[in-house]
Amino acid sequence: MSGAYDEHGHHHREPESVLSLRVRALESLLVEKKLVSSEAVDRIVSAYEQDIGPHNGAKVVARAWVDPAYKQRLLTDGTAAIEELGFGGVDLHVVENKPGVHNLVVCTLCSCYPHALIGLPPVWYKSFEYRSRAVREPREVLREFGVDLPESVEIRIWDSSAELRYLVLPERPAGTEGLSEAQLAELVTRDAMIGVALTRPPASAAR
Amino acid sequence: MNGIHDMGGMHGFGRVDREENEPVFHAAWESRVLGLSRACSAQHLFNIDESRHAIERMAPVDYLGSSYYERWLDRTVRLLVEKGVITREELERRMAQLASGHDPAPPHRDPKLVDRMLRSTKERTPYRQPGPPPRFAMGDRVLTRSDAPMGHTRLPRYARGKHGVIDCVHGSFIFPDTNAHGQGEQPHTLYSVRFDAAELWGASAEPCAPVRLDLWERYLDPLAAAPGRSTS
Repeated sequence: MSGAYDEHGHHHREPESVLSLRVRALESLLVEKKLVSSEAVDRIVSAYEQDIGPHNGAKVVARAWVDPAYKQRLLTDGTAAIEELGFGGVDLHVVENKPGVHNLVVCTLCSCYPHALIGLPPVWYKSFEYRSRAVREPREVLREFGVDLPESVEIRIWDSSAELRYLVLPERPAGTEGLSEAQLAELVTRDAMIGVALTRPPASAAR
Repeated sequence: MNGIHDMGGMHGFGRVDREENEPVFHAAWESRVLGLSRACSAQHLFNIDESRHAIERMAPVDYLGSSYYERWLDRTVRLLVEKGVITREELERRMAQLASGHDPAPPHRDPKLVDRMLRSTKERTPYRQPGPPPRFAMGDRVLTRSDAPMGHTRLPRYARGKHGVIDCVHGSFIFPDTNAHGQGEQPHTLYSVRFDAAELWGASAEPCAPVRLDLWERYLDPLAAAPGRSTS
């Protein structure tokens, strides 16, 4: 139903105006049936646009970098450890990058992702390209992301297929000893917590 | 099912395209689809496994030709129609009414629904449920089933009939294969199973790139220690 075929049998997406109208009609029907309120949709959308995002995961990572006991708890029971910082909504398993080991998260079957902690996944994470290739040619995919790891580094791919979600704990960059926990959190990117980027020291600290 | 969604290891898709400073949503309708879908879940109109399976049941050409939120819209409509909540005719009529500037739906408020949806982003998820004790322990060698069920499963094609090692015992989780089909939650143990890249991809495997995949116990058979076959 979502699309049309031309005389060559090629598939085309519906125009945005039709999609948008269909969504409005669906909302109107569900509101009329008192199953959904528009406010409920507004509020969850606003939560994902304003409150939930990579900055929350970054706080968790920064805490683990400065507090070894917290890091141990995070690696043992990620769900309980993020609750200590006021986060939840996800059953979390945290995997640690360390010398010789780099972790990479993918969901080949759909788009499983720790969104309640780090926000909705980027389009590329949900793309056919990433889903098909990350398990088979992770080194090549990582090179496309600008991460070129020697063969001596084991790449652990986590194909996330369940309601247990994965977060990569990146390595703390060298030269960040003088930074506060809040400054460290600013170095942590979404991509590093998926495993397609390394965490870099701030430009001023990189000599 | 052996659907188009089961993409792990497929060839031919090309480079991963990225967008710098990507917005959370690319159009307002995408955000409404997400919110409506979450609201339907919160109202128990369908569960997460039914919703995944509904996307898998799209015609492959539609799946490949649609954006992510188009697929979400397709599955939300598909499930609501199948469950008798709405009809496609009703939806078409409402589109025509809205196009002519008339929305007949009276406003509806539901503070409890709002509260429930927001709490779901903060509280523990409901998918971990008590089940029987685990059959396998860390380090056990297993062989994955090579079934090709018509219905929903989380055992992807690339990992069927493969030797692996239990890497982590995660506890008991609702079983998608039954929960997607009204056959109950049947929670039991979920494991991370580690596979050698060469076991999955043969000679074309990249070096030192094992795959860990979350699999339910019913996907796994025990494998006696067999000399000469390395799985780690």
